[in-house]
Amino acid sequence: MPAPTPFHARTFPACSSLLYKEWAGCYAVKRYDVYVDREYYAVRHQATVMDATPLYKYEVRGQDAARLLARVMVRGFERFAIGRVGYVCWCDEHGKVLDDGTVTRLGDEHFRVTAADPALAWLERQTRGLRVSITDSSRTLAALALQGPRARDVLRALIGKPADELKFFRALVTRLPGRAAELAVTRTGYTGDLGYELWVANEHALALWDALFEAGAPHGLLPMGLDALDVARVEAGFLLGGVDYTSARRAPIERQKSTPFELGFDWMVELEREPFLGQAALARARKEGPARRFVGLEIDWEDFERIYERYGLPPHLETGTSREGVPLFRGGRQVGYATSRSWSPLLKRYLALGTVEADLAAPDNELEIEVTCEYERHRARARVTKLPFFDPERKKA
Amino acid sequence: MKTYDAIVVGGGHNGLVCAAYLAKAGRSVLVLERRHVLGGAAVSEQVFPGFTFSVCSYVVSLLRPWIIRELELARFGLEMIPLEASFLPLPDGDSLCRWSDPELTRKEVARFSPRDAEALGEFALAMSKMGRFAKPVIDAPAPDPGSLHPAKVIELLRLGRHFSDAPPDELELRLKLFSMSAVDFLDEWFESPVLKAPMSVSGIIGTFLGVRSPGTAYVLLHHYMGEIDGAFRSWGFSKGGTGGVSNAIANAARHHGAEIRTEAGVQRILIEGGAARGVVLANGDELRARTVVSGCDPRRTFLGLVGREHLPDEFAADVARFKYRGSSGKVNLALDRMPEFTCRPGDGPHLRGDIAIAPSIDYLERAHDEAKYGDFSSRPYLNVVIPSTVDPTVAPPGKHVMSCFVQYAPYHIKEGPEHWPERREAFGDAVVDTLAEYVPNIRDLILHRQVLSPWDLEQEFGLSEGNIFHGELTLEQLSFLRPAAGWARYRTPVPNLWLGGSGAHPGGGIMGAPGALCAKAMLASGALR
Repeated sequence: MPAPTPFHARTFPACSSLLYKEWAGCYAVKRYDVYVDREYYAVRHQATVMDATPLYKYEVRGQDAARLLARVMVRGFERFAIGRVGYVCWCDEHGKVLDDGTVTRLGDEHFRVTAADPALAWLERQTRGLRVSITDSSRTLAALALQGPRARDVLRALIGKPADELKFFRALVTRLPGRAAELAVTRTGYTGDLGYELWVANEHALALWDALFEAGAPHGLLPMGLDALDVARVEAGFLLGGVDYTSARRAPIERQKSTPFELGFDWMVELEREPFLGQAALARARKEGPARRFVGLEIDWEDFERIYERYGLPPHLETGTSREGVPLFRGGRQVGYATSRSWSPLLKRYLALGTVEADLAAPDNELEIEVTCEYERHRARARVTKLPFFDPERKKA
Repeated sequence: MKTYDAIVVGGGHNGLVCAAYLAKAGRSVLVLERRHVLGGAAVSEQVFPGFTFSVCSYVVSLLRPWIIRELELARFGLEMIPLEASFLPLPDGDSLCRWSDPELTRKEVARFSPRDAEALGEFALAMSKMGRFAKPVIDAPAPDPGSLHPAKVIELLRLGRHFSDAPPDELELRLKLFSMSAVDFLDEWFESPVLKAPMSVSGIIGTFLGVRSPGTAYVLLHHYMGEIDGAFRSWGFSKGGTGGVSNAIANAARHHGAEIRTEAGVQRILIEGGAARGVVLANGDELRARTVVSGCDPRRTFLGLVGREHLPDEFAADVARFKYRGSSGKVNLALDRMPEFTCRPGDGPHLRGDIAIAPSIDYLERAHDEAKYGDFSSRPYLNVVIPSTVDPTVAPPGKHVMSCFVQYAPYHIKEGPEHWPERREAFGDAVVDTLAEYVPNIRDLILHRQVLSPWDLEQEFGLSEGNIFHGELTLEQLSFLRPAAGWARYRTPVPNLWLGGSGAHPGGGIMGAPGALCAKAMLASGALR
């Protein structure tokens, strides 16, 4: 049985659909309503709060904390300024991606790492010779994602002026109003919108929730579940471990593993520095170049509609994002697969994320995607598209 | 007088599988079972009215999926109910439950060690790779390293390649698995003794070794290869007890025309002109057949039913040296109501799987120590199941049956094995006393108690020295060395006599593979053409 998060007392009464899923051993709301629309539109027009507590979190402390992270991550953290947040992936010794997450420097000797999979033992294995301690705060630190165009207004109402000064991928530490509780705020998120993530010890979780909703009432703040997030993250072009790629730790066979270059993480790999895990393999992989690449795709809606028309049916889409992998073709040959597909209500485009052979990965390449209608297989045109699909100015402004 | 194509001595599950395959291939087959009920050690008996015990073997996992398919066992009554959990009560009032849901297990383990919780997935992935490696080994006849026959050499090379064709880290793991102790092997992954103790016991079941004895890591894998409906490492109850498996196989055999007789004990195998020609029953009847298959263990078969005088000296010596040294017993309880564990009060899903009394590695080693010097463990390792929680056919409503596998109960107690009947109830008391440390009122719940010592397993079920696997499952007694070098392919030095029980490759457990592979070898050999 999954465990309730510290927000359960608030999320449960709000979840009228009773649609939950299990996320890292916790109850996680799929959607509060039976339909996903209200939450989705709220994140794109108003603001939403999502319980992100199930994320794995680690506090890396000590004089060599930065050196440890530099040793295990594909980017260096020695000169990472206090108050900065970095998105990063980490690899095994063969240069295959294990997981991706964020690293926040909260102090000279204090970093916070978030991860989709547990990483405590793995981090500890790399600490030889370093003066560093790692604490698992996964189940002691509660997290909320406050996202959407009005997120800053809500945050300002909660913590005041610092809300306006917090830049994209920066962190601040303040106090929860009326309480001594330490509240960390990072300007990060998984929606591709203006947004923040708020971190507080479990015992203050409900106080944070209540304060946020009080502050957010004038701005139409709504709780949001994972289904709406899954649409927003596809629009934002964010890949999801376990869906769009397989962790090298979970992959029973080699072909399921990926290098950062295959996942489009080229920009974060810093090779020219002190030795780090997977460095040699990554240097080789960069030199050889990836055989396949993670891409965005836009499925031709008219083509898609025509397939359904043949049966006298209107086009049919799943609610939210479909995570069922489907093949991609070019000239009758399979050249890749789409792993996430989502209709974007905002962009009015049918989007997909997938992996294709590297020489077909450039934007505007015309491919075909398999579409099954009435148990019969068809193909619709799909064009490789630059990511992100949705990139509002407010995200970084 | 009718001459059968084959007479199968022993109606255990392997004998029945062998008979079913031979009958399916159109051969005339007769199965002879000494007891009144079929199944051998895979048997269900209503020992007390209303309570059906899986008297000996109590869970099923290794039963080969291809046998289920080929003999259509589901059609003939096989029904499996998966075990949901593996529950470890601890003496300090804490407990650990490992569930079939990995997330849930991770959470339970994280209370003792977050590092171990993280390693669980890696360990499972590694073991499933090992299981996939071992699967073709147990699903085919043992290699024959002595043979120069081109087909055999190719087979051996293929197996050799199968072994060495792996990334170096996987090769390393295989070698470790073949040489390390269960505890040492687990030490490579885990730190928490609370997790390692119950995991390590898979490495000692049915052996006279301790969890720190080298070689036990392989036995661990043997228990990890279990598979139900394609899912590795899953264990299940057979509906109606493990006899349900045997009955389904018997039904399949009968469907294909096999004749099965119970209460028909074989006194000896008829040897004429140096070859097996049939059997002589305990009542003096003589039955003739072109081939005889023994489902009994090697000692009982060769030194008992055949006789040393008909065997080559070297083979007889090998068979005599084959290690049995049974180390386990069984206590079956009929309970008035559901037992309640102090550490997790009330009924719940944690009681719908197996329950291990294995609170620490030292506890297990101490249990082994006593056995080494000829005593049963005063605080033994117990593997307990309560099948009535998921199968209402085995107990009256509201009542339960509890099966306790007990290790160590050495066959060779210091008084001598024949003195087991005098120690039997003291042994049963030690088990109940052990249980009472976790279920304080267990004594009040017991309506009936059945205690089986290894001596009883030998006398009643014909298991030499009470070994549940027809000989220890240790590396030197496996594959082409089971039961003796040169004789691992079901044929024996006695012409027309075949060995198709757990004493043949790939070994014990309700697997069916020895019986099936034996039948296939017989059919391929031309002996029954």
